[in-house]
Amino acid sequence: MLKYILKRFVYIFIALFLIITITFFLMRLAPGSPFASEKSFPPEIEAQLNAEYGLDNPWYIQYKDYLISTAQLDFGESMKYKGRSTNDMIAESFPISLTLGVEAMILAVGLGVLFGSVAALYHNRGVDYVVTTIAVLGISVPSFILAGLLQYFLGLKLQLFPISGWNGFIYSILPATAIAVTHMGFIAKLVRSSMLEQNNSEYVKMARSKGLSKWGVLFKHSLRNALLPVVTYLAPLFAGVITGSFIVEQIFAIPGLGKYFVTSITNRDYTVIMGTTVFYSIILLLAVLIVDILYGFIDPRIKLRGGKKA
Amino acid sequence: MTQSNENLPKISKDKFTIVGGKHDKTDQLAEKSVSFWKEVRLRFMHNKLAIVGFFILIIVALMAIFVPWLSPYSYREQLGVYNAPPSAAHWFGTDDLGRDIFVRVWFGARISLFIGLSAAVIDLIIGVAWGSIAGLAGGRVDDIMMRIADVLTAVPYLLVVIILLVVLQPGLLPMIIALSITGWVNMARIVRGEVLSIKSREYVLAARTLGANTTHIIMKHLVPNALGAILVTMTLTIPSAIFTESFLSYLGLGVPQPMASWGTMASDGNNALDTAPWRLIFPAILISVTIFAFNAVGDGLRDALDPKLRK
Repeated sequence: MLKYILKRFVYIFIALFLIITITFFLMRLAPGSPFASEKSFPPEIEAQLNAEYGLDNPWYIQYKDYLISTAQLDFGESMKYKGRSTNDMIAESFPISLTLGVEAMILAVGLGVLFGSVAALYHNRGVDYVVTTIAVLGISVPSFILAGLLQYFLGLKLQLFPISGWNGFIYSILPATAIAVTHMGFIAKLVRSSMLEQNNSEYVKMARSKGLSKWGVLFKHSLRNALLPVVTYLAPLFAGVITGSFIVEQIFAIPGLGKYFVTSITNRDYTVIMGTTVFYSIILLLAVLIVDILYGFIDPRIKLRGGKKA
Repeated sequence: MTQSNENLPKISKDKFTIVGGKHDKTDQLAEKSVSFWKEVRLRFMHNKLAIVGFFILIIVALMAIFVPWLSPYSYREQLGVYNAPPSAAHWFGTDDLGRDIFVRVWFGARISLFIGLSAAVIDLIIGVAWGSIAGLAGGRVDDIMMRIADVLTAVPYLLVVIILLVVLQPGLLPMIIALSITGWVNMARIVRGEVLSIKSREYVLAARTLGANTTHIIMKHLVPNALGAILVTMTLTIPSAIFTESFLSYLGLGVPQPMASWGTMASDGNNALDTAPWRLIFPAILISVTIFAFNAVGDGLRDALDPKLRK
C-alpha cells in the first residue's frame, strides 16, 4: 500500500515537472509580449519592465528561478494587473470555484445514482426508457451549450433564476446544473448497467426470495456494489467539473478561478496562465490519487500494489 | 517419416478397404456458420438508438459535403440582413454580420467532422503502433513504454491543449496537433491490453503448435480480435474531439474567423441571446445531435462486439 502510494507520488512529481517545464518553454515561445498590448512603451520602460519580471535574464536562469519559486508555491505577479499576485487571485477565486464544483458534483452523483437505480429497477419499462433518454441527451449536450440555453429559457424567458453573478445560493443553481448534467448522464448510465448486473446475481435473487422489497434490496444490498464504478468515475468527474467551470463561470460572470484562467488566456497574462495551470494540475493529480486510494479501501477485491494498477 | 518408410516393404493401397467412419461429416457444423462480423452487423442493426445515430451521422456528413451546392450563399458572404430571424430565405436566420446561419452551421460540420476524424486517425496510428509494440515486446520495453504513457495520462488533457493553443496560432492544424498530443495514450493502453490478452489465449497457442508463423498469428488472430476494441475506441474518440474543438473555439482558441466553427458560433450566439436566440440554438442543436449520434453508434458497436452478449 505504502509502496503503491509512494510510486504514485513519483509519477505525480514527474508529471508536474513535465507540466511546469512544458508551460515554461511554451510560454517563452508564445507570440506577443504581455506589455505590448494597446500602447507601445518607450524602449527604456519596456527594458525596465523586463528587468522587473526577470525577462532579461538568459533562459536557464529564468527556468531555474521559475522552478524554485514554483516549488515554494509562489506563482509570481500578474503581468497585466500590477501588484496583483497570482497566489492572491487563486486564494480569492478558488473557494468560489470549489463551492460551485462541489455543488455540481453532489448534483451529478445524487441525481445520477437515483436515475440509474430507478432505470434498473424498472428495466425495459417506460421509466427506464425515459431515464436512459435523458441520460444520453445529457451526455450529448456540452456544458457551455447547456449554460446558454438555461440562461435563455429559465433565466431570461421564465425569470426563475438570476441570469448571472454570484450572490448567494440561488445564483449557483443554473451554473451548477450546467456543469453537472453531462456527468449526471454518465453516472446514471454507469449505475444502471452495474445495477442490472447486480440484479442478476445470486445474492439479489436470494434477498428477493426472502421477501425483501425491491427498494429494500436496493438500499441494503445491490446499491453498495453498484456504486463501485461510480467511485472510479469520481476522478474524471472532478477533472471534468473543474475544467467545465472554465467556460460556465465566464458565461454566468462568476468570479471564480475558471473565469480568471480564461481571462488570462485572452490577455496573454503569462504568469497567471502558468500559475493557474500548475495549480490546476496539482489539484487534479492529487484528486486522482485520492480516488484511487479510496477505491482500494472500498473494494476489498482490489489490492493496491506497486506496478500493477487496477 | 519418408526416411523410415524406405526400409519397409511396399504395401499396395488396394489391400485396404474403408470399413466406415464418416470423418468428413463429423467435422461439419450442424448449423450454417455465421461469420463474426455478420453477427456483429445483425446485432448492431437491432439497436434502435445506434441506427438512429448512424443515419444522423450520414445526414450530417452529406450536408457537410454538399452544402455549397445546396445553398445560394457562401459561408462568409455578408448579405446585408443583420440578425434576421429564421425565414424562407434564411432557414436558420442570419448573424450580426449578415451571414446565413444555415450555411455556416453546415460548414461548421465540415470543420468539426474533419477535426474529429483526423484526431481519431492520428490517435489510431500512434496508439496502435505504441500499444502493439509494447504488448508484443513485453518485458522491459513494455515497462518503459507504459510508464511514459502513465506520466502522459497524469497530465491533465484540457490544460495541455489550452496551453498549446495559446502558443500555436489558432488554426486547423494546431488544433489537430493539440488534440492528439496526449489523446493517443488511451488507444495505446487499450491496444496493449488486447494484445496481451490475445497473445496468451489457447487458440494462439494452438495455432503456434500447428506451425503458424508470427505473421499469420498477427494477421489472423491479433488484428481481427483487437479490431473491435480499436473501432469502438475510435468511434468514441471522435465525439470527445468534437466536443473539445467546440469548447476551445468557445474560448477563442479555435479556428480563426471567418471560418465557421460550432463553438465560435455558439459563443457569439450566447452574447446575443436576448435579441437573436437562433444564433445560439442552431449551432447548439448541431453540436449536441452530432455528439449524441457518435456516442450512440459507439455504444451500439461496443454492445454488438461484446462476446458476452452473443447468443
